[in-house]
Amino acid sequence: MYCYDEFDQQFVQDRVNQFRGQVERHLAGTLSEEEFRPLRLMNGLYLQLHAYMLRVAIPYGTLSARQMRALADIAETYDRGYGHFTTRQNIQYNWPRLYDVPDILQELAAVEMHAIQTSGNCIRNITADPFSGVAADEVEDPRPTAELLRQWSSLHPEFSFLPRKFKIAVTGCQDDRAAIAVHDIGLRIVRNEAGDIGYEIWAGGGQGRTPMIAKKLRAFVPKSALLAYLEAMMRVYNLYGRRDNKYKARIKILVHEIGIDEYARRVEKEFTALDPNSIAADAEEIARIEAYFAPPAYDRLPARSAALDNAKKSDPAFAAWVAVNVRAHKVPGYAIATVSLKPIGGVPGDATADQMRLLADIAERYGLDELRVTIEQNIVLPQVKQDDLYAVWKLLASAYLATTNAGLITDIVSCPGLDYCALATARSIPVAQAISRRFGDPERQREIGPLAIKISGCINACGHHHVGHIGILGLEKAGEESYQITLGGDPSENAALGERLGPGLTAEQTVDTIERLVEVYLANRLSGETFVAAYRRLGHDRFKEALHAVA
Amino acid sequence: MARSEAFHILTANDLLAGDAVFLAEGGWSRDHRLARVARTPDEAKALEITGAAEKAARRIVDPYLVEVSIDANGLPVPVRYRERLRTLGPSVRLDLGKQAALRANSLL
Repeated sequence: MYCYDEFDQQFVQDRVNQFRGQVERHLAGTLSEEEFRPLRLMNGLYLQLHAYMLRVAIPYGTLSARQMRALADIAETYDRGYGHFTTRQNIQYNWPRLYDVPDILQELAAVEMHAIQTSGNCIRNITADPFSGVAADEVEDPRPTAELLRQWSSLHPEFSFLPRKFKIAVTGCQDDRAAIAVHDIGLRIVRNEAGDIGYEIWAGGGQGRTPMIAKKLRAFVPKSALLAYLEAMMRVYNLYGRRDNKYKARIKILVHEIGIDEYARRVEKEFTALDPNSIAADAEEIARIEAYFAPPAYDRLPARSAALDNAKKSDPAFAAWVAVNVRAHKVPGYAIATVSLKPIGGVPGDATADQMRLLADIAERYGLDELRVTIEQNIVLPQVKQDDLYAVWKLLASAYLATTNAGLITDIVSCPGLDYCALATARSIPVAQAISRRFGDPERQREIGPLAIKISGCINACGHHHVGHIGILGLEKAGEESYQITLGGDPSENAALGERLGPGLTAEQTVDTIERLVEVYLANRLSGETFVAAYRRLGHDRFKEALHAVA
Repeated sequence: MARSEAFHILTANDLLAGDAVFLAEGGWSRDHRLARVARTPDEAKALEITGAAEKAARRIVDPYLVEVSIDANGLPVPVRYRERLRTLGPSVRLDLGKQAALRANSLL
């Protein structure tokens, strides 16, 4: 894992001191509300429906045990004993008080964390594949790239007042767990024909009120040219991105309006005019960053663990969890375990301070001190010995963290919605809870197979509904909550936007309709065919019958 | 903008704690039932002017008018679901927000 050097630490500490001063000046009346508001937002402090909300950055979703413990302590000391992991691999506290926030930021700084890049029209916290460094099919670990981008983009003077917020995601795999196609810029680490490692670059994707799938801008940019190329991309966007209408200010609108070819032409022109060597990071600094992500000292183990096989035979519930929540690791004898934050009927993404501490303990004892946050609002233990999986599972089960549903119909992504969010138009969590309860039976879920339901409580789409196999969008219609279903969305390497099923439904009708949709799928699927594959083969109209049966 | 036939109360968030608060007689209250009700556009305008002054005095942030109806006990009830939720707390965590105290006192 990356460790701050003296410059990183000083930079974050200066920011804490600066914000403490700003709060004091605001309370003393020398900074007005209008002056203070953008300053608090630059430090992740929002005002929500019931209270302030602090969004803490978890760069590329990677945490150590010590950091997870600090998040737990903050939840307990300054908040209401829990935190909410978000679809951007961050954590949000829902009840901080303004006068405590400088102290919270101080506690974060002590474990090399902060709330910079979690708000405002800047380059936001960089996200990455939660299986970074451990996925079997990875060309290269994307975390050194993500860390380089974090350093390059943090308070970048030229890109601190962009037309709108800007999101970058990185993956090192063909299997896309970082949803690069729905980001302003998506990077995939690839190898070219000459065998060199570089980046495939996608631009102009995004969700929100105008969802778009990114377009491939360049098949290959050499590693050494990455920052210069991104600088050229950002410059063209900064110059030509619309500032007349905030709803048309994202790069996706620029790329859509001028076309990817024209955008590419302008980027290439800018790139040619730049001196890549003056922008590229020093080789020494890159080597320093990469060294922190060098593979840990793995034990030499057999590919198959006898202890794991025996435990699976003796405990069917554990065997089911392994089948659903555990994935292959690149190193023989190790495994990647997904810890579901989606207990049946629970609040997606919420974890209590005690749960966070247990996860930290497990990571320390069994997981080489590593934890990841996923865009599906789960936690990943990326470095577990297969021999230890049974012990890990039993510890997780003791804290309601062993739900067997990763990637299944009850692994529902949900934004906070109207229960917390000032922008929301409808609640999303209660809909997620109702669907979760309806499909809570473990055998039924496994019978249905992979199915991603994603729920947003407004058109800003924080719940990623556009890329849900089944997406649900909550709106306000004549003072009542109303839900629109979309079908066929996909955040992966086969990225697609969902298509609307029909008119708005009540929350109850929504749950019933999903049950009918699942019935249509089960009745028509081919052997081994997933929901989204069946949807593509059968077509949208086949699923419309489900709506007529309910509405 | 206040509709002429509608009743309103003024809400905001407490600057220091962040809690949703409502302008009552003699100051801000966390209990919307104590809120001062504007029954005419002029009274609503007066609430807004007070809100702007209170914001400038850094006691509260984001003041705005909330349309209410008057229940059988003569108490204001927000018309929109969003605003009703704001007087209670998250519907998925009844142990948090204003509803927690109301429940403890058997008022809900």
